[in-house]
Amino acid sequence: MNHWPFITAAYLLVLLGTGGLAAFSYAAMRRAEAAAAALRGGRE
Amino acid sequence: MPVLHAFANPARFLKIARPLTPILFWLGVALVAFGCWAGLTLTPPDAVQKESARILYIHVPSAWLGMGGWSGLAIACLSYLVWRHPLASVAARAIAPAGATFAALCLLTGSIWGRPTWGTWWEWDGRLTSMLLLFFVYIAWIALDRADAERSGDGRVPALFGVAGSALLPIVHYSVIWWNTLHQGESVLAGKIHPSLLWPLFFTLGGFTLVFAGVVLMRMRAILAAQKVEARLRRMAAA
Repeated sequence: MNHWPFITAAYLLVLLGTGGLAAFSYAAMRRAEAAAAALRGGRE
Repeated sequence: MPVLHAFANPARFLKIARPLTPILFWLGVALVAFGCWAGLTLTPPDAVQKESARILYIHVPSAWLGMGGWSGLAIACLSYLVWRHPLASVAARAIAPAGATFAALCLLTGSIWGRPTWGTWWEWDGRLTSMLLLFFVYIAWIALDRADAERSGDGRVPALFGVAGSALLPIVHYSVIWWNTLHQGESVLAGKIHPSLLWPLFFTLGGFTLVFAGVVLMRMRAILAAQKVEARLRRMAAA
């Protein structure tokens, strides 16, 4: 049995899972911090 | 302990977290990239499992972070219950989705690894079943925390669940000793892997841990900023 398709699938899954988690967390952080900064700017 | 109390101040925490987030994340990415490249190209195939053993370099860190994530969540929940640290519940809320993601990746990569090695995608053995249970416990904690927040709860119920859920960790860890089924016994800590195969694992273990820490800091910053916006809007509405 050729093992490489299994290895590729496993590495791709981890890349997508970890990359997706990081991208989602980064976008949420930027969005929330921008909203906080905008509100602070509006008050000043 | 006074040092921990000092860092539990959100303003002081943010002062440290802002520069630390990209450092941890990108250092982690570099270590993971090197570890994966080394594991895929520099190490020889395993004598028994052949090429499929290369899944080790991503499967073991996923398992480590799936379990380590819940350890961090349980410690944060305990800190919240005992000291009412303002950052403790934020930390638990930030850790949960990251830990659940790695628990899911552990199950998926393990399943893919199982097909060429065991001839099956899934087996209800002690390690696989307890890890699946840990994933479900993560999902239950996230749902409970959301429900508690929607009902303006004080966070005590999710915190208690977080501490109680840590009872599952020794079951996952010792499952391969207590039930001798399909999953192999302890191999990394027991020194059963040849050093020529083992060394890239330390790069991916360290790298994924740093990426996890970077992601948790990002999520904590997002939650703190959202709380700040909410508090300010409440003040503005009351004025």
